[in-house]
Amino acid sequence: MSPIDSTLIHLAFAVLLLPLAGFTLLIFFGKRIPRQDLIETGILFVALAISIYIMVQKVFFIAEPRIDFTFRWLDLGALIGHPGFTIDLGIAIDNITAIMLVVVTLISSLVHLFSLAYMEGDVRYSRYYAYLGFFSFSMLGIVLSNNFLMMYAFWELVGISSYLLIGHWYEKKSASDAGKKAFIVNRIGDVGFFIGIMIVFTQLHTFLFSGVFAGIAEGHLSGPLLTAAGILIFCGAVGKSAQFPLHVWLPDAMEGPTPVSALIHAATMVAAGVYLIARVFPMLTADALTVIAYIGAITAFISATIAIAQNDIKKVLAYSTVSQLGYMVMALGVDAYSAGFFHLVTHAAFKAGLFLGSGSVIYAMHHEQDMRQMGGLRKKMPITYWTFVVFSLSISGIPLTSGFLSKDSILGGSLAYGMLTGNYLIPIIGYSVVFLTAMYMFRLIIMTFHGEPRDVHKYEHAKESPKVMTIPLIVLASLSIFVFYSFNPLNPEKGWFLESVTKPESVVPGYQKYSWDFLQVKLVEKHPGETGVTNSGETFVTTNAYQMELERIHYTGLFLSLALALLGIFTAFLIYDWKKIDAEKLKQRVKPIHTFLYNKWYFDELYGATAVAGTLLLSKSFAWFDAHVIDGIVNGAATLIRLWSRLSGSFDHYVVDGLVNFSAWFTGLLGRGLRKVQTGRVQTYIVFALLGVIVIFYVFKQF
Amino acid sequence: MAVHIGLTQFLVVSAILFSLGLYGVITRKNAIMVLMGIELILNAANINFVAFTRYGAMNISGQVVAVFVIILAAAEAAVLLAIVLNIFQQLNTVNVDEVDNLKN
Amino acid sequence: MQYQFLGIGYLTWITFLPVLGMAVVLLIPKASTNAMKWTALIATVLQLVVAAVIWINFKPGLTGINDPNGFQFVEKYRWIDLPGVAWFGHVAVDYFLGIDGLSIPMVILTALISFVGVVASWNINKAHKGYFALYLLLDTGMMGVFVALDMFLFYVFWELMLLPMYFLIGIWGGPRREYAAIKFFLYTLFGSVLILLVMLALYFSVVVKDPATGQMMHSFDMLAMMNPQNFDPNSLLAGIGTYWRYVAFIALFIGFAIKVPIFPFHTWLPDAHVEAPTAISVILAGVLLKMGTYGFLRVSFPIFPDAILKFAYPLAILGFINIVYGALCAMAQTDFKKLIAYSSISHMGVVLLGIAALNTQGVAGGVLQMFNHGVVTAMLFLIVGVIYDRAHTRGLNDFGGLANQMPVYTGIMTIAFFAAIGLPGLSEFISELLSYLGAFQAFRWVAIFSSIGIVLTAGYMLWTLQRVFLGQLPDKWKELSDVNGRELVALVPLMVVVIILGVYPSIMLHPMSSTLNHLVDFVHKVGTGMTAVK
Repeated sequence: MSPIDSTLIHLAFAVLLLPLAGFTLLIFFGKRIPRQDLIETGILFVALAISIYIMVQKVFFIAEPRIDFTFRWLDLGALIGHPGFTIDLGIAIDNITAIMLVVVTLISSLVHLFSLAYMEGDVRYSRYYAYLGFFSFSMLGIVLSNNFLMMYAFWELVGISSYLLIGHWYEKKSASDAGKKAFIVNRIGDVGFFIGIMIVFTQLHTFLFSGVFAGIAEGHLSGPLLTAAGILIFCGAVGKSAQFPLHVWLPDAMEGPTPVSALIHAATMVAAGVYLIARVFPMLTADALTVIAYIGAITAFISATIAIAQNDIKKVLAYSTVSQLGYMVMALGVDAYSAGFFHLVTHAAFKAGLFLGSGSVIYAMHHEQDMRQMGGLRKKMPITYWTFVVFSLSISGIPLTSGFLSKDSILGGSLAYGMLTGNYLIPIIGYSVVFLTAMYMFRLIIMTFHGEPRDVHKYEHAKESPKVMTIPLIVLASLSIFVFYSFNPLNPEKGWFLESVTKPESVVPGYQKYSWDFLQVKLVEKHPGETGVTNSGETFVTTNAYQMELERIHYTGLFLSLALALLGIFTAFLIYDWKKIDAEKLKQRVKPIHTFLYNKWYFDELYGATAVAGTLLLSKSFAWFDAHVIDGIVNGAATLIRLWSRLSGSFDHYVVDGLVNFSAWFTGLLGRGLRKVQTGRVQTYIVFALLGVIVIFYVFKQF
Repeated sequence: MAVHIGLTQFLVVSAILFSLGLYGVITRKNAIMVLMGIELILNAANINFVAFTRYGAMNISGQVVAVFVIILAAAEAAVLLAIVLNIFQQLNTVNVDEVDNLKN
Repeated sequence: MQYQFLGIGYLTWITFLPVLGMAVVLLIPKASTNAMKWTALIATVLQLVVAAVIWINFKPGLTGINDPNGFQFVEKYRWIDLPGVAWFGHVAVDYFLGIDGLSIPMVILTALISFVGVVASWNINKAHKGYFALYLLLDTGMMGVFVALDMFLFYVFWELMLLPMYFLIGIWGGPRREYAAIKFFLYTLFGSVLILLVMLALYFSVVVKDPATGQMMHSFDMLAMMNPQNFDPNSLLAGIGTYWRYVAFIALFIGFAIKVPIFPFHTWLPDAHVEAPTAISVILAGVLLKMGTYGFLRVSFPIFPDAILKFAYPLAILGFINIVYGALCAMAQTDFKKLIAYSSISHMGVVLLGIAALNTQGVAGGVLQMFNHGVVTAMLFLIVGVIYDRAHTRGLNDFGGLANQMPVYTGIMTIAFFAAIGLPGLSEFISELLSYLGAFQAFRWVAIFSSIGIVLTAGYMLWTLQRVFLGQLPDKWKELSDVNGRELVALVPLMVVVIILGVYPSIMLHPMSSTLNHLVDFVHKVGTGMTAVK
């Protein structure tokens, strides 16, 4: 390991452990240290600085794709004739790690800063900062780990810090319920992840990503089992990234403080699922990727439709987050690896911005979250408003924003994928969600900032938030501009970001992966100059068909998405601002659909009636079974034995003892009879003696 | 007809005498009569002893025993008569059935 | 002999120190209850010190199980020697103690939990003399089980701890204590009878040469029982894979299963826990349950390797049932203590799953889980004890919002709960992970279905946490005070162990691993008819 590499590894450990140190400090001495909040915030900014250094070094100056540091954590020795059982752990830095480090520390430090004002005077202020520190530690652990085990461990730890932070105001039942729900729903996904890890470990005897990929490349894990492993590991992402069907926890998680929502439930933790898929991307088979693509697309669509009908500002953003995460997952599923990860990063910036912006609004409105009570805030809160607009444009995918670059790449990828594989549903959903996204985002802006104030009293007291809250917004808004990622506002391909984030080589055996080269004969017909013939006589395309298709549909896709986004914005203005279409009337006309969407497709009700009620019923019936049947058998056996003992007691009393008493009684009877003989007269006795002699005489005469 | 007198005749006489004695002992209520029955039994035994001396293998010891029995009978008669006399003086009866003071 | 103090071996010290303490307690006048408490405390602290000394001097890397040279701190003397007994011939029983990598975690656990138990017994309020005397006797019984290598001795210790337990529950317990104590006693005694029968059958089957006299004789030596060549060819249990060996294995299994407890022999546990005083619950869950699984590994597996290879799958399925059934039953409870009792059943299922796998990681995970569950569940019962001492109720629905009223308490409790959930960084995570990994390698589907337990555990634990600690504080609990110093003395050491083993489990796994590897190797080789490896 070269000196610079080892420096980077040391620094990465520093980044990882600094927030943990902060957490420990705050938990044990929280009450005794003045301004604990500033300590924790300062720690995060130091971590941010180190992370930026690591990223710049790694992305721009180090050629090797990956710096690995591994140590032996556990050695259980070996059986004779068996490979030993060892567990190696460690951290690794490659380009996506380095970028994620910056994303996490950046958002985290901005959120720390924002919370200084937002959480001021909270009952558990130092506890709040401690948990934020713990979350940052766990999230950085996910980012840095180079193996499945640490990944899973930190995966659980972010889950628990999310649980603690959602339930920060645990006096409210809804908050503690939401925390519990989040953890348990995540756990369901994690069990899948866990089983996936077990498959991988059992087959390949290592947790290290590098070892696993090498093992798969050597063919030690393939076929349906590999697909199953991929899908099961993806289950973890389904839970954490709130994908259908486990998306129900994320909207409830909005019970937590708004900066927490921005950090955990918008920018970083929920993106961990996407990061996980990106990490294990080389081992995903074509079948697994197809599943991933469909799950992503379905999620994106369902949550976008729900977002349109919500009135709580945070709920809208929550469903928007779910929808965008669906996009990212879909992108990875359609093999648009770089685009998916790109969207993760841009989304982290603008969605954190949106949440912090909504936090700013909620702060100004004294913890009012219902958009129907807002309106006209544009004049009162100009910074919040304008940054909010930038974020919304970015999420809607309007040119010059970062969101346009990443989203367009995803849509292009999905279109190419649809064309090549025939899964047309995926691009169709992808494009329709563009329209929905633009519409619900501008519905939100219009209802919150435009028009007349609806709650005049609260409006009067509303004012622009303090600087510690607006500075993060401004930073994030500027990061939502294209220039940070690529100098070409229409095509990110040549920007540093996509240059440094390249799709890793798949290690999946050939027949199980997308081999775009063999796909469509149509393509061969389109590009006759670039075809060849294999040894077995098949025709193939010499260049990358996927890349070719991407370039071919690039502009079509671009204009289509732009048109749909603009249409969405236009519709929002038409209905909510200019009121050309009466929203209420529209609502009445499509009442069943609206109710259906307003109630979030009834997922909570469905799960409540099936999974939750089923488990509770099962647990109640098992407890009953235990108390009555099993314990009943035990007690029944005891009763039986008691009964038996009573029976044998009676036997003893009446039969055994009865026999004894009977013999006594019989002897008495005999005695009473014989007493009559005893007359006391000698003469009688002599007669008896005589008779006796005669009897004896006769008896002995025989002999 | 010359009757040969042998052991059998002695034994028959002795048995008759014994039976008469026994009858007396069993049936009489008078203590004196009972005493006489006992004397008859003893003498029946004496006849037997003497007869066995003469015909059997007892030699002289049969006669010796008979003499002992006579002495014993005399002593017994003396003691018993004394007892009966005392009983009569005490209870005014010699009926053995009425002498049942020990019974209650 | 090495490792002696005052001419007496360390293992004898660690086993009989509590009896010394008991003698002192019995001599103390009835009124000086404090002196009794301190005597008990000093006895257990000394025991803990001896345990630490043993731990420090313990050499990892030795085998043990069936190999007399693999044991450490061995003490072997002739205990009972009857040269000419009618029918039986020469009867001899050895006082044979020794530890290997399988017993060392249990010895440490017993010493630790016994100490914690005394601290938790501080507020016992009647018949102090009897309580502490019995408590110390119980301690000796438990420790003896974990160090005995002669089966007769093992059985004596096994029974020795039964009677004190009966009285400790039956006299110092809750309202239904008599019922619970009798249920516990009879249930366990039933198991003991089965163990006794198998022990006798083994005794009459094994013939070894007595080193002292050179004559061939029967033996209670467990190590001798592990060698198939020592069995008299005409005896009941000779051979491999014979009918009576399976019967004996199952009888022995039931005897140990009652202690674990394995479904469906588990119903004594919730009753005993609910009625027992806090310290006794701690001992019961912390140490006694482990005796069952320890018995499997020490006695059943190496003596009947053929049978365990045959019954491994059913054993794993029982593990699965324990996990899921225990978790679901726990979810339905409204009594805090009962909930934790059922969670013990669920967690002990993980041990079964691990050891049934019979591979390195599974057995190591199972044994580590025995230790970790002992520590964590002891914490949980202490936690219930703390709240019960103050509020005199254990109803989960009676509480709420304690997090604000008792913050330190809530913090410690959170760690214990998270450890029970299997959160990474806390001890139970790694042992469950290893157990599941082992089970997955051996029985894939059982492991997959068992992992439902991971979700269920999170469900009932978090639900409990919410019901007791979160939400609004009812007015009647406004007076509750936070944990006091004495309770911290009991809780903090356990918490430290939980965290240390969560981050770096090698501390505990390293000394065990070679013994457990040897066990796995031995079972597979002997069980399939290959000759024993030395």
